[in-house]
Amino acid sequence: MTRLIVHPYIPNSIPKTKEEMTNEIGIQSTKELYADVPQKFRLRRRLDLPKPASEHEVKRHVEAILSKNKTFKDASIFLGAGCWPHYVPAVVGTIIQRTELSTSYTPYQPEASQGMLQALFEYQSMICEITAMEVSNCSMYDWASSLGEAVRMTTRLTHRTKALVPRILHPERRATLQTYTRPIGMRIEPVKYDLETGQLDVEDLKTKISRKIAAVYIENPAYLGFIETQVEDVAEIAHDHGALFIVGVDPLSLGVLKPPGEYGADIVVGEGQPLGNPMNYGGPLLGIFACRDDMRLIRQLPGRTVGVTDTLDGKKKGFCMVLQTREQHIRREKATSNICSNESLCAVAAAVYLALLGPKGMRELGEAILSKTHYAMQLLAKTAGIRAPMFKSAHFKEFVVNFDQARETVNNIHEKLLRHRVHGGKDVSEEFPELGEAALYCVTEMHSKEDIQRLAWALKTVLGEKS
Amino acid sequence: MPGHTRCNERIIFELGCSGRRGCIVPKVEKEIQRAVGDAKTLLPEKLRRKGLPRLPELSEVEVVRHYVRLSKMNYGVDSGFYPLGSCTMKYNPKIDEALARLPSVTWTHPYQDEGMVQGILEVMHRLSKWLAEITGTYEVSLQPAAGAHGEFLGTLIMQACHRLNDELEKRTELVVPDSAHGTNPASGTMGGFNVVVVPSDEDGCVDLDALEAAVSERTAGLMLTNPNTLGIFEKNVEGIAEIIHSAGGLLYYDGANLNAILGKSRPGDMGFDIVHMNLHKTFGTPHGGGGPGAGPIGVSEELEKFLPVPRVTFDGERYHLDYDRPHSIRKIRAFYGNVGVLLKAFAYILSLGAEGLEEVAEVSVLNANYLMKKLENIRGFELPFARGRPRKHEFVISAKKLYKETGVRALDVSKRILDYGIHAPTTYFPLIIDEALMIEPTESFEKEELDRFAKVLERISNEAYSTPNVVLQAPKNTMVTRLDEVKASHPKTIALSWKMYLEKSEQQRD
Ligand SMILES: Cc1ncc(COP(=O)(O)O)c(C=O)c1O
Repeated sequence: MTRLIVHPYIPNSIPKTKEEMTNEIGIQSTKELYADVPQKFRLRRRLDLPKPASEHEVKRHVEAILSKNKTFKDASIFLGAGCWPHYVPAVVGTIIQRTELSTSYTPYQPEASQGMLQALFEYQSMICEITAMEVSNCSMYDWASSLGEAVRMTTRLTHRTKALVPRILHPERRATLQTYTRPIGMRIEPVKYDLETGQLDVEDLKTKISRKIAAVYIENPAYLGFIETQVEDVAEIAHDHGALFIVGVDPLSLGVLKPPGEYGADIVVGEGQPLGNPMNYGGPLLGIFACRDDMRLIRQLPGRTVGVTDTLDGKKKGFCMVLQTREQHIRREKATSNICSNESLCAVAAAVYLALLGPKGMRELGEAILSKTHYAMQLLAKTAGIRAPMFKSAHFKEFVVNFDQARETVNNIHEKLLRHRVHGGKDVSEEFPELGEAALYCVTEMHSKEDIQRLAWALKTVLGEKS
Repeated sequence: MPGHTRCNERIIFELGCSGRRGCIVPKVEKEIQRAVGDAKTLLPEKLRRKGLPRLPELSEVEVVRHYVRLSKMNYGVDSGFYPLGSCTMKYNPKIDEALARLPSVTWTHPYQDEGMVQGILEVMHRLSKWLAEITGTYEVSLQPAAGAHGEFLGTLIMQACHRLNDELEKRTELVVPDSAHGTNPASGTMGGFNVVVVPSDEDGCVDLDALEAAVSERTAGLMLTNPNTLGIFEKNVEGIAEIIHSAGGLLYYDGANLNAILGKSRPGDMGFDIVHMNLHKTFGTPHGGGGPGAGPIGVSEELEKFLPVPRVTFDGERYHLDYDRPHSIRKIRAFYGNVGVLLKAFAYILSLGAEGLEEVAEVSVLNANYLMKKLENIRGFELPFARGRPRKHEFVISAKKLYKETGVRALDVSKRILDYGIHAPTTYFPLIIDEALMIEPTESFEKEELDRFAKVLERISNEAYSTPNVVLQAPKNTMVTRLDEVKASHPKTIALSWKMYLEKSEQQRD
């Protein structure tokens, strides 16, 4: 037997054990267990990969590579757009590091998984409280895929094949929605917006709505940070034509912003990353998916969902996954979705986070973000060459800054800001040419007064410099 | 189960007390408050939230204790043997977790300037090259968030390829063996294909005649798991590839579980065009109770152009995000993948290296065959299909005989296993075996643990034949006994949130 290595992760790699085990099986060597692999398909060389390394070497190596990154700790960064910097309390990290939770599989054996099931049920319940919905699943991959699945769900419910979405939509969500809906022949049509305010153009919606529309989707706050105010009208227009109303949210806005359940949403999707999950260069994220208490909707829900029940002897309450007959492992090609592993541990992080925040914390954090966003808008508005916010609407966390009067491209400004250790907002000039030279700035509770002042100062300096 | 505290933990909404707080929100500076005024006025009246969300009100210490108690009511790989077939419940190295918590990755934003994220891009680029080497594919995309997400992406790539060849109209069928994991047919449907199921032969492998009959000019491709879900290496993989390719279809490899063939054999060399792998199985990243995982896919040179944007590229000096891919299927999610998970897999491969990965393969296969040998002669259990052929990383035994002779089913056996402080195998999958118990020991458990599991199964068999009720009423030592899953899903009683539970309870009382 060729001796490979004795590795700390592989207890039976010692020759003595291997010998005992091969003897029991009745073979000479483990190689015989590969006898049925056609010769032609056996790899005749070692994989071209690094040599095994000690833990210390692995640590040193990875740390060295990652030290090439510059993070929010090294510069003032004003990026959001679907992944946001928020404080994550230490408790969240402590809980999700409990390996009884983190190293468990999807809770197929509820009797051995009550902890995870209850934590996920609590997550679902808290999502329902903040969105004012009744039903939530225990997560999707991210907001974009949640949106894709939500629109697919409405087509199963209405047998209609077209959906209306705002023209102001995150390009990554728009592209993902296209990919999710194209295979089943759905068409996605954008609804115009008012260039002054950013608000959805309700008149345009009225001309596009019909009994062929499966869903009307809006986001609140919108991708570009402003608050949509005609939400009730939109809901009514959708419902009058038998379409379902889907609303996308940033859950952290819901301490201050009216929840979609109070203005007629049938399905709520959103990005749960701000709830106790670090940015991690954009993943893992946490797709929120909630809906009304309506069995028609519930039966079409994608993904895993945990429910309360009793033990068979009726003596105790317990939790288990429900309606598994919707799912791929039972329903196979007729399943409501193929999703299997989702983002459960991120959902647990969100539950812990929301439990820490509580109702008042939700409100206070929302107000803090509102205040800081508005302070940033005020300061920037005073800078020559800048229009901030570009839209005359209320804003939460993000807003568009327009640089047309500065006669500089967003990209040039970005490069110059970097020299002052400030990272500007996301360039949206290409996504929305009609906005001119424009960037989406994000301010959260993580940005101090000094950070915001530094941004204003840096912009002023940069725009004052002659290139 | 042993190690579990047998207590009830109340639902968090029943804990705490009005006015308590779990954290203090960062203060808004006085100057900002003065400048913007009352925060309430910053939103239009009709869009303001009126009541507070009814979240629980707990102090920090109560939150910690609540969730620590919940964690004690759960069983993970670190708790003990976890032979859940098809799920590869291997050890999740702690160093990988520690590295994934470094602020130098957690505090990076996906839209940061490329110059600021060279480190993480390097990790992603190198990992994708390693995974391509391991699978024998040309290029790997790290974007899918899970195996099923990778499968969905695979079907989109098949479509894109046939569309480019002007054949999409006619190529509407995706062939899937009856032993396939449920995500395969479900992904096929999501991708817009009609799923055609082919049966297995008496060896548990794809029946070539049936395959030949199922394949036509309508075939877009085949999804195959190899070693298949019985743990058997498809003896005719070459023939299968030939049938599909000569019909103009594409070959998709469900490599959720590559454990057995690491460094031994590569899907790309077997002729597969698209391969997905689950980093949360083969590459040691934790399952998290149902994610987050990562399901990268590798593709052949011809299909590379269809991969989602952006691609991480390297020009010899710097790493870039390349969006300039006109044939790309574009996006299946936001941003670039579950980076936090990718980093763990990167560290895992670094630790094991080529030799270590090959050792993983050999020992996982050794463990499976050793355990199979110990179990196959236990009264009431049988090894269906291909007796005498070695299995790879897993095997499936049937409790059909046990059921017939004692009334004890595979499910009951599984529940009784929990009583012995061990996690149950996968039950009732694959569907082609009655009373299936699918067992995958992985390389992470020592011989003594495997021996103990064999003893436990022997005892359960004895119990089934002598005192079947002990097994039928199991589990007894767990947090809860068997649950009423019918009630859980019944329209009258279904409760998917605390709110809904309270409402339903009220209705029941009325
Ligand atoms: C063979 C096989 N394919 C696909 C999957 C799906 O993987 P995921 O849960 O990551 O979506 C699994 C895991 O359940 C599997 O075992």
